[in-house]
Amino acid sequence: MPADPKRSRSILSSLRRTLGVGVLAVLMASPLHAATADAGPATVPAGIATASDPGVAPAVAADPRLEADMMELSHKLRCLVCQNQSIAESNAPLAVDLRNQVREQLAAGKDKDDVIDYLVERYGDFVLYEPPFNAATGLLWVGPFALLLAGAGWLAWRLRRRRGEIAADGALSAADRERARALLAGGGDAASNPASPESRK
Amino acid sequence: MIPELGHFALILALVLSLVQAVVPLVGAHRNSSALMAVGRPAAQGQFFFILFSYVCLTWAFIQSDFSVQLAATNSHSATPLMYKITGVWGNHEGSLLLWAMSLSLWTVAVTVFSRHLPDAFLARVLGVLGLVSAGFISFTLVTSNPFDRLLPAVAEGRDLNPLLQDPGMIIHPPLLYMGYVGFSVAFAFAIAALLSGRLDAAWARWSRPWTTIAWVFLTAGIAVGSGWAYYELGWGGWWFWDPVENASFMPWLLGTALMHSLAVTEKRGAFRSWTVLLAIGAFSLSLLGTFLVRSGVITSVHAFATDPKRGLYILALLVIVIGFSLLLYAMRANKLMGGGSFGLVSRETSLLANNVLLTVASASVLLGTLYPLFLDALGLGKISVGPPYFEAVFVPLMTPVVVLMMFGPFLRWKDDDLLAEVRRVAPAFVASVAIGVGGAWAVDHLTWRTALGLSLAAWVVLASLQLLARRLGERAGASAGSRLRSITASWWGMWLAHFGIGIFIIGVTMVGSLDRHLDVKMKEGQHAELAGYTFVFRGAVDADGPNYDAARGNIELLRDGRSLDMLTPEKRVYLAQGMPMTEASLDIGLFRDVYVSLGEQLEDGAWIVSLYYKPFISWIWAGCVLMGLGGVFAAADRRYRRLAARDAAAAVDGRAGAAA
Amino acid sequence: MKAKFLVPLLLFFGLAGFLAFGLTLNPREVPSPLIDKPAPNFRLARLDQPEQTFTLEDMRGQVWLLNVWASWCVACRQEHPLLVRMAEQKLVPVVGLAYKEVRGDGAISTRGMSLEAETAMAVERGRRWLADHGNPYVVSVMDIDGRVGIDFGVYGVPETFLIDREGRIRYKHIGPITPESLQTQIMPKVEELRRAG
Repeated sequence: MPADPKRSRSILSSLRRTLGVGVLAVLMASPLHAATADAGPATVPAGIATASDPGVAPAVAADPRLEADMMELSHKLRCLVCQNQSIAESNAPLAVDLRNQVREQLAAGKDKDDVIDYLVERYGDFVLYEPPFNAATGLLWVGPFALLLAGAGWLAWRLRRRRGEIAADGALSAADRERARALLAGGGDAASNPASPESRK
Repeated sequence: MIPELGHFALILALVLSLVQAVVPLVGAHRNSSALMAVGRPAAQGQFFFILFSYVCLTWAFIQSDFSVQLAATNSHSATPLMYKITGVWGNHEGSLLLWAMSLSLWTVAVTVFSRHLPDAFLARVLGVLGLVSAGFISFTLVTSNPFDRLLPAVAEGRDLNPLLQDPGMIIHPPLLYMGYVGFSVAFAFAIAALLSGRLDAAWARWSRPWTTIAWVFLTAGIAVGSGWAYYELGWGGWWFWDPVENASFMPWLLGTALMHSLAVTEKRGAFRSWTVLLAIGAFSLSLLGTFLVRSGVITSVHAFATDPKRGLYILALLVIVIGFSLLLYAMRANKLMGGGSFGLVSRETSLLANNVLLTVASASVLLGTLYPLFLDALGLGKISVGPPYFEAVFVPLMTPVVVLMMFGPFLRWKDDDLLAEVRRVAPAFVASVAIGVGGAWAVDHLTWRTALGLSLAAWVVLASLQLLARRLGERAGASAGSRLRSITASWWGMWLAHFGIGIFIIGVTMVGSLDRHLDVKMKEGQHAELAGYTFVFRGAVDADGPNYDAARGNIELLRDGRSLDMLTPEKRVYLAQGMPMTEASLDIGLFRDVYVSLGEQLEDGAWIVSLYYKPFISWIWAGCVLMGLGGVFAAADRRYRRLAARDAAAAVDGRAGAAA
Repeated sequence: MKAKFLVPLLLFFGLAGFLAFGLTLNPREVPSPLIDKPAPNFRLARLDQPEQTFTLEDMRGQVWLLNVWASWCVACRQEHPLLVRMAEQKLVPVVGLAYKEVRGDGAISTRGMSLEAETAMAVERGRRWLADHGNPYVVSVMDIDGRVGIDFGVYGVPETFLIDREGRIRYKHIGPITPESLQTQIMPKVEELRRAG
């Protein structure tokens, strides 16, 4: 029997919904109607009419999809006259103008990179909250990961050297022993107390 | 008259802070108990005068005394009393006074709760805190006197920024400052220890509860600030990677590393030089944050009005305090080597690794925050570094932290068998990845970020449960009750805080992936649909407040035809500044918030209404609450009190011996 | 004292040096990427004769300034007397770009206003302002919707662009022109461009 693609897709989607509730219920033991609400059709309450009806509040944006794209891009663009806000967050006149520009250009079929290029040509890299990777910003982008590597390298070196040290002076020197005794007598170290609940060894 | 009294009290506080700084330090150096004993009353007197000064300033606000410049620019006679009081810290000068008062309060707390400390050590701690106090009080007096008069007085004030007229802003700054400034205690302990050359397990144990409490305050302060942004800014954002937010987040990260490092130093005597450096670093980042907020070197939504003189003064303060500390560190650090030995695979190693990761994370935030300044200073152009950068960098840096965070507690101190432990947690790890990927697919948002976030959250939850089960199973044969009792408060603290991070990650991931938003034009009786909810506009009414005009929309929230809530978002115009504000209205739920804000009214009478559906957003703050609660548990551990009593006995013996 | 323990101190001093230098910088002033690039072309209605248009080409062969202004702009009043004096002394021709004359004014709502009505209002307001404060411009053009402003990367008013004979932007001054900035920055560059070609 040839598989009906429509049918198998609907099985898949109902499986997804079942799994959605199942898996996440394990994770947080919750009724997940909210999180999976978009998988199913929105339920229209009885007595309230459907779309073209004057009872339905019209969306502000003529094209919600375009609006969402515009806002997503706008969150990455800096409003130049504001105190560190994106043009999506600000209602400064320039921010509104730039949002309109972004919307217009996306509507005209330009892709996001084109719009970004357009703004960078006029306002410079300053408008981008995500700085481009170039010679000047190389350290910015590479820095955290270089630090991570350096940290990991230092850690490995420390641990290896430490192990070497421990192996080398397996026996305590007389001075060390004296110091240890003084420390114990002075009553500092909780960990030296074997009854301490947190030390399991 | 009262403002002048306040000004005078602040000068007296400065004098006392100098006494508190100099005399006990000299006393400790000369081993003179008479001089050392000056520290305690000087610190308490300093607090009294700062408090008095602060009350005087508050009085000027409450009385709407607009001959005081600060009240004239930050208050209004019609402002509600609560916001007159909190208006005191809604500006540079007043918040600086709050800063100084927090520091003084911490110092007094040290004098009260640290009776068990050796005299010389306490004297040095108070001396260091006194020096910092003197720096900040003089900064206030010289560059930012909050009591400056405005003559002739104006008839009416310009009012507090309406964004700050909000319950969240009543508690956010005090909490945040208590956190920021609280790291000064760990810092002072570290400096005192460096000065005396006594950096042992006892020092770490004394520092731990202070560090933890400061960290709890900082966690709470950041969480409240983020919650405020969420409902007050009108579009539901909760973290923006603004330089000023970063300024509080960097000390938080380093403070977290410090707490863990202190644990190792206390238990095993290891990492001492590293712990000292972290203690200096956490407080240095607090100071740096203060500089960033108040100097104007960086543009931020939250920055105060600035002038370069202030920036210069505070930078000089920074250079003196941090420069001296790091110099002292360089001179003494080589005495701090050694400590308990530990194997390559051990609790120590995992904590050290997490320390390194947290430090790298903190340094990365610092790099991103200051990079525009570096480039500008080098003449390489102006750039912006914002959320997309931080998210790209931060997620890969924090992922190993979270993985390690749950693996570390399974390891024993000193030495452990890696293979055995990995085998033990492997099922939970594999299950987490499966849950994460499956969960992301199930909610129809199969991106690597959602899958990663859910996997990490599942890992935290599963490993926490496994850890608890293992801990309870440790004493075979004992009754369940005695097993539970055998778990210490600090272990519960660790467990809760880590668990909280899992909850936090769930919130961040879900709201980041699944939130929904729709802007509609609504007339009375019209309805809109979003994420399975129905919003019916029931009209707008006037709802003027004491210092603002407002329109309030009534929006009924329904689900499946059942009415859930009446949402009442407002659009306000604050009269004094003519500033428009949106007051969002929320239906808060365990699994989602429904968030509505009112835009402007169109000519045809319709209102622009923004509807948001924010799944699991409360979990972000629930996670923070658990983290903070974990800190409270850890700091409240009985062990500290028991050992403090022993220290006190030893100190009395010591004094008796010295007297004999 | 081991050298490695000095590393944190040295790092900190490096950081403090940058911070100190940062105090002398203005983080809000953003340099234009258009410097030494051809100025964006425009065709806009003239304020004095709205039925006629004016383009970049009309200034070809001259070294000139494009001054972005608006009657609602408070800082413009600060620099305006200087512009008037410059015009009297015939230092350099200045073209005015009346930027969002109507919709830029926060006090006026343009919702529902037609473009014609807005233009008429802009003409009326702009002319009155120049009559009151003096007209230093060889010509002023109207950027009603701010589109040309965006092309020039304008983010605040006033801003002034120095444009050479070939129509390239050579310098951008952000904020009001002061006698010092005129003497030390703008005029030397004007002289240089005149000599050059």
